[in-house]
Order: sequence, then C-alpha cells, then structure tokens
Amino acid sequence: MDETLAEFFRRTILKIPMTEMMTVLKTWNFLSENQLQTVNFRQRKESIVQDLVLLCEENRASLNDAALLDIIYTQFHRHQKIWDVFQMSKGPGDDIDLFDMEQFKSSFKKILQRALKNVTVSFRDAEENSVWIRIAWGTQYKKPNQYKPAYVVYYSQTPYAFTSSSQLKSNLPLLGQALTVASKHHQIVKMDLRSRYLDSLKAIVFKQYNQSFETHNSTTSLQERSLGLDINMDSRIIHENKVEKERVQKVTQEIFGDYPQPRLEFAQYKLETKFKSDLNGGILAEREEPLRCLVKFSSPHLLEALKSLAPADGEVISSFLEGPSVITRSSKVGKGIEESRRTCEY
Amino acid sequence: MSALRPLDKLPGLNTATILLVGTEDALLQQLADSMLKEDCTSELKVHLARSLPLPCSVNRPRIDLIVFVVNLHSKHSLQNVEESLCHLDAAFFLGKVTFLATGAGRDSHCSIHRNTVVRLAHTYRSPLLFCDLEIEDFRATMAQRLVRLLQICAGHVPGVSALNLLSLLRGSENPSLEDL
Repeated sequence: MDETLAEFFRRTILKIPMTEMMTVLKTWNFLSENQLQTVNFRQRKESIVQDLVLLCEENRASLNDAALLDIIYTQFHRHQKIWDVFQMSKGPGDDIDLFDMEQFKSSFKKILQRALKNVTVSFRDAEENSVWIRIAWGTQYKKPNQYKPAYVVYYSQTPYAFTSSSQLKSNLPLLGQALTVASKHHQIVKMDLRSRYLDSLKAIVFKQYNQSFETHNSTTSLQERSLGLDINMDSRIIHENKVEKERVQKVTQEIFGDYPQPRLEFAQYKLETKFKSDLNGGILAEREEPLRCLVKFSSPHLLEALKSLAPADGEVISSFLEGPSVITRSSKVGKGIEESRRTCEY
Repeated sequence: MSALRPLDKLPGLNTATILLVGTEDALLQQLADSMLKEDCTSELKVHLARSLPLPCSVNRPRIDLIVFVVNLHSKHSLQNVEESLCHLDAAFFLGKVTFLATGAGRDSHCSIHRNTVVRLAHTYRSPLLFCDLEIEDFRATMAQRLVRLLQICAGHVPGVSALNLLSLLRGSENPSLEDL
C-alpha cells in the first residue's frame, strides 16, 4: 500500500470520534472481528489509528475501501456539510424507464471518467432506494484530491438529488450532467433550498411534513389548546382577542401541523414587483416595468421562526412551503420585505 | 369599533375590571393570574387584549383601569402601544390609564431607552410603573399595586378617586421631568 493511501486511511480514521469508532468500523465491515479484537482500544488515539492502518495494510485495502469508509463517516456526520437540492426532469413525451441501480452507477462513473481522466467515484447504497456517491475530483494532469470530495445522495425513485457543496465549484456542471444522463433525465435545476440537515430537506422536498390527520375530537380540543389555557383557567380572565387568536392558531396549525418543523436554514426566492413610494418621485417607484428582486431568508431554524410570526398571512406561508414561487400577493411579510428593500435603496 | 369611553356603561355591583394591553401574551397572562390571587373585597375581572381598538362586544363590562404594558426589549410593543393610544377617549387619561414597562432589569437586551417610555407617560400625563414581569416576586408586588389602583379607579375606596390618585402620584415624580 503506497504512502498516500496509508496517509489517507490514517487521516480518515483519525477524524472518527472515539465514541463512534466501533460502530463505524463495524458498519464498514472491512476488518474482521478477530482483527478488531487484537487492537487495544485503551491506548492513545494516534496509536490506535496506527494499529488500524497496519491492519488495513495486511488486508490489502484499496482506495475504494478508503472511499467507502469516508462515505460511512460522512453518513454519520451528515450535518457537518451543507446540502443543496437539485431537481431533474424528463422531457415531455418520454416513456417511463425502469430504473436499474447497477446501470446507473456504471453510466455515472463512465461519464465522469470520460470527461476527467482522474476521478475517484464510489457508491454506497442506503435506505429508501437511495445511493450515496462520493466523488474525488482531479484534472487531466493531477491525481484526484481525496481530501475535498463531493457527495451526492440520489433517491432513485424520485427526481431529486442532494449534493454537498464542494469547494471545487467548477466541476458542478459536469456533476449535473453526469447525474442527468445516468438517470435518464433531460434537465437538472438547482432548487433554492440549502441546509445542513438532510432529513429536513428530504421532508420538505418529499412533502413529508405536516401530516396531521383530522379526527373527530380535534376541533373541540382546538379551543382549549389555542390559547395555551389550562383546564383550570380562571373564568375571570377574559381574552379580548379570542376570536382572532383562535383564527391565527387554526391557520398556523393547518399549515404547519402539530409536529416539529423540518429544519430549514436558508431559502431564497425571486420576486418581480413594483415599488410604492411615499416621497414624490422615488427612484424605484417611477419605473414602468416591474423590478426583479431576490429575497433571501436565513435563520437557525427558519420554519419555526415563521411559525412564531403569527398572525402572518397564511397564503404566504403555505406558498413558502410549496417550493420556489413568486410571491405576488402582498402580505405583512411581503410588505416588510418591500419596506426593507426600499429603505436600503434610498 | 369606536373609541373606548370610560363612562359609557353602568358599573357592575362591586365589580372592578382592568384591561391589560400589550403584545407579550405570556407576561400578561401571568400578571393576570397574580392579580387574581390577591385578596380583594371587590370582584375582579381581568381583560387581556393585544391592542386597541377592541373587537366589538356588547357584553363587556365598564373598564375601570387600563394598563399598557411595554416590553423594553421589543420596539414592536412600544409601537403597538402608541398606535393603541389613539383609540382611547381623552376622558380615560384622568387617572384611568397607567403605563407599565417591563424588562428594564436586563439592560443588554433593552432596545428602547427608559426615557422614551418616561416621555410617553409624561405626554399622556399618566403614571409609569417599572416592573420585571418575568420575576415572580416583582410580579406579585406589582399585582398588589395594580389591584389597589384598580379598586381606587373603580371607586371602591371611599375618599379617594382616580383623579386624586393621579395628582398624588404626579407629585412624587422627579420634578426635572417637567423639563422634558
């Protein structure tokens, strides 16, 4: 085993925290039980890692095995990367092809290798018909850089793929092309969703959120729940805005459901709108055509923040969750955006 | 939804009603609970509202005291109170309105300066109380004060009226405020 490969193994294993070491190694399933038992896990971490690398050498580990270990590590630590979402689409009038995983993998690999001679592609199948792909990029003249790989999680039964934002952005078009052709689609589009939390992105994209089912009792308990009241609430306290509060609660619940929201950190929309101005002859307000703007939302937990914005216009929130769309209806949120754009222009 | 007037309804027998106006629902609810725990000879009723004008309701009893709660951590609450003040009949400001500012204890979180609220209370010639409603003991003390104020404003304390109280409270203010 050559030095670079040994070093790669060493660095990858060193990344794994000690608490997860056994789990990861068992998932990797490359070193046998007996071999793992020969390692003294009570030493200092560097010594353990050295022993493990020696064992890998004994087993004649290849680059592929190392890449697999890297994928497993990333699967355990998926929140350390920022994930983008891509949506693919077929052209109109296309037949529905049966998906063949092996054929997809070989096609994907071939496309990348044809374009860039030096590229390492590794696959690992995961739950729900998904495949994790690890790509280490090189160029015509340089060996692949194993330390800055890109990861793609492709759900084969859906047109969606999640990619970790790799530092080498120039390879993104090639990646998109490979994905599209290998999965027999025609077009690929980057969606305006980005987050660290892959599960949340999945929930939004596959519309798995808000699964509240109407039951007979739900409407009666709404009134008690809506104002956060105990059953022993004092009847001498009267809420003047009870009707309004109930309406807000109902709208919020209809849109968000009772369950915790998927964790979205960043969303952006394109907006075409005209601006109003109180001052006579504002620069923005005088234009004939609508202005094209970009609205960005960012927060540690965007949907929970929006949920606590009540009372907010329910229409805006639901269109927010449905995916990228132009916000044309005016609402408190929309007006706030217009106000802030106006103030920073002036 | 017309402006709220102080004397347009007949008073209930031995009933005193207070209206708490503010954006912080949780704090208002807690203050209401503390007030109702107090021993009081009159029957207390607490109404909680987010802002004025109130939604139309024929069944509402006569309001004896309005407390506007401003959270010094939130500019929105101040804005809300300022907008609500427009919907109040001028006769209310003869002792039946009080301002309550909360959150002064955590200075680093305050986005409104104390003087802003002081000036607001001075403009409307109404007393201003400071209390950290999040701390239970302070809240209990403030609840006691408010109950006593409410009883006076409802006319349940012989010899003292809301207007008397107003001039008494004004006298104890720092005279330099008159220069503001």
